[in-house]
Order: sequence, then structure tokens, then C-alpha cells
Amino acid sequence: MLTVNGKSYELSVSPWRTLLEVIREDLGLTGTKEGCHLGECGACTVIMDGKTVNSCLVLATEADGKQVTTIEGLADGDKLHPVQQAFVDHGGLQCGFCTPGMIMSAKVLLDEKPDPSKEEIKRAIAGNMCRCTGYTKIIESIKAAAGNVEGK
Amino acid sequence: MVTFYRRLPKFYYVAPNAIEEVLSLLSQYKDRAKVIAGGTDLVPKLKRREIKAPEYIIDLKGIPDLDSIRYSEGSGLRLGALVTIHAVETSPVIGEKFSVLFQAAQSMASAQVRNRGTIAGNICNAVPSADTAPALLVLDAELKLISLRGERLVKIEDFFIGPNKTVLTGEEILQEIRVPELLGGKGVYLKLAPRHSMDLAVVGVAVAVVLENGVCREVRIALGAVNPIPMRARKAESIIKGQRMKAEVVERAAQIAAEECRPISDHRASAEYRIEMVRVLTKRAINQALFS
Repeated sequence: MLTVNGKSYELSVSPWRTLLEVIREDLGLTGTKEGCHLGECGACTVIMDGKTVNSCLVLATEADGKQVTTIEGLADGDKLHPVQQAFVDHGGLQCGFCTPGMIMSAKVLLDEKPDPSKEEIKRAIAGNMCRCTGYTKIIESIKAAAGNVEGK
Repeated sequence: MVTFYRRLPKFYYVAPNAIEEVLSLLSQYKDRAKVIAGGTDLVPKLKRREIKAPEYIIDLKGIPDLDSIRYSEGSGLRLGALVTIHAVETSPVIGEKFSVLFQAAQSMASAQVRNRGTIAGNICNAVPSADTAPALLVLDAELKLISLRGERLVKIEDFFIGPNKTVLTGEEILQEIRVPELLGGKGVYLKLAPRHSMDLAVVGVAVAVVLENGVCREVRIALGAVNPIPMRARKAESIIKGQRMKAEVVERAAQIAAEECRPISDHRASAEYRIEMVRVLTKRAINQALFS
């Protein structure tokens, strides 16, 4: 039994399939991206029982009984999650491939530390590679989401 | 639908809820099985086809209590096989009394990997650059290995036998890491890597020092990523032990540590650079342990 974004799914899954594969292919939730497939890039980051994980390194069977949140689970209807809205407002993305994972990492950070320093933000997203932005706009977006004045 | 071409090889997955069951499966399947804890090393290795695909993957995560961190004064710290890197880097007692291990855990990988990866896995994979290895070496950790035949305690110094090789037999698992308390001592782990995160150590140096009236009563120095296995720098230690701590003594010990290690040249760094950095970081780590 897999619970994704509050919805329970009873699935029969081969043991060698990853959580990422099942989320994308069986559940059709393609917001979670596959980048490196080796746990290096963070594009596949989802939240499992309150902690970020690389879903490409988690076997789907290991997620049995866990609460999984993907990027699709953040918005409330048409209303974006504050972190998503901040990325839109502050241009925290260019090609957008790293964005879902980046936002999941940022969300967990802000859940734990509502007012993080720049260094804390950098450490929290260190496992999420972005090859477009140079990270400045991403860090500004997360700062803004935290309700902070944009830090230079 | 999306086509993936970078999938895992096929295997059976077993998730026992008792350690005896794990051990009996291992005694039956031996090298045809692999145990999985966090999976952050095993899954990439299997995807890259770096190791032969096991027929069975045995998950330890259903076993109760293996994720516990226990500390008691006198008997020290006990880390179960499922204790994650994250659990160590956020443990107040480890931060306070085992700072060298705390710092090593903080230096590792990313939040996502630390949430999943375990200290025991870091040790069992036995990569020469494993960050927790030098930390556990200077803490004189002991490893409790268990199989159906019984259990044995192995000093961490005797655990590694080569790159990616340990004394673990195919029937055994590392059940618990035991870390004696470093009474009155101070430990430091310094990691040299081009990136702050998500990077392997080019050089890792762990130091633990116990001072008494300005004289060094106990010192342990361990080096990672500069030898086929993580090593204690015993000759360097002998320079310092029993001495009054002075800049020349520290300098000399750092020089000896650099002469003791046997690094390779690879794409990360040349052997010459690593040797020089062992000298620099050993000196820096000793000074930090003494004066911070």
C-alpha cells in the first residue's frame, strides 16, 4: 500500500522497480523528474515520512506503508504552495527540470526552519543540482518564501 | 509513457522482521544475497552494474531496534546498523561527546542521502574515502558482527582489508557499532573536497587528543582517502604522545603522517597533492582539537 499525496494506492510492483518509476509510470505523476538516476542530482526528490529522499534510490517496496509527497501534492487546488509561488514570483527557475526537486527540499527546510539563513538554504539544497540559474534566484525565492527580505 | 533505460537488474526482495531470519537467509544464500539498509550505495552500484546482481535483496529495515542510538556514561555509544547519517548529525549527545563523528556525518553527501544512508553502510561499503571511517578509527570503535554461527567483536582498525573489502563474510552482518567514550578528549574531522557537499573526500583527517596539564596523554590520528584502507597514523601519534604540546611537535607529527600514507593519483587529485594536504590538514586538525 503506497500513499502518495494523501491518496492510497494498492499496487503490485516488481521488487526491482524504484519509487520514482512507480510514481511516474504507474501513477502518472510526471512532475518528479529523473536526472542522474544515481542519487547525485536531486531532480527526483520527494518527501517520504517528512524527510526528503532521492526516489531513484528507493525501491517502491521500501515505500510500502509510508506517506509520500510529490510536487503534485503541494498546491491546494489552483492555489500554489507558498514555495511554488515564490519560485514563480522571483524567477527561481529557467528550464525547470530541477525545480520540483528543489521545491521539495525547500519545503522541508522551511517546515523545519521557518527563517533559514543563506548558508542553511545552501546546505539544504546542496543535493539538488541546477545547471541554469547559478542558484542565486533559487536562494532568493526560498528566502522570499520564508517571508524574508531578499538577501544579497 | 516514459521509457527508462537505466533500471535495476531483477532480484527477489525479502523483508524479515527478525534478525534471526536475516541470518538464516544469509547462511542459506550467502553471496547470492545482499543486505540493504539505506540503499544509497547499493542501488547506484546495481544500476551501474558495478557488482554482480544478487538473486536476493534482504531488507534490514523491518527489524526492530536496529535504528537506535544508545548512550550511557561509562559504556559509551552504541549505534544500530540502521542508524542514518542524518540521525547522527542531529543527535545532541553525539554532537557533545563524539564531535569527530558528528562532523564527519555533517560533511557527507546531501540531505536526501543523509536521510537514507546509514553509518554502518558507510563502513561496510569500505570505500577508502568513507568519511565516518577516520572518525570511528580515532574513537577506537568496535563492530559487532553477527551470523548464525555466533557473534564477534572486531576493532574497526581490523575491519577493512582493501578498497571495498572488509572481513565480513557473506553470512554476517554488522549489527552494531560500539564507540567508547573519549574521556576528557576532543575530536576533529577535516575533509578536503572541491565541493562543500555531494563530494568524496580528496583527503579526510580525523584527530582525537586528550590533554593533561599541557601534556598529551592520548592521541589518535586517522586518515581517509590516502591509503588502500582508512588508516591510523601510528608513527605520527608516537611523536606527540606523552609530549608537551608545542608547535614544533605538531609540525613534526603532521610531517610524519604525510610520510606514512600511501595515496594513489586519480582524477580527483595527484598522490603528491594528497600527501601535502595530509600534512596541512593533520596540523590543522591537531591545532583545532587542542585550541578550540
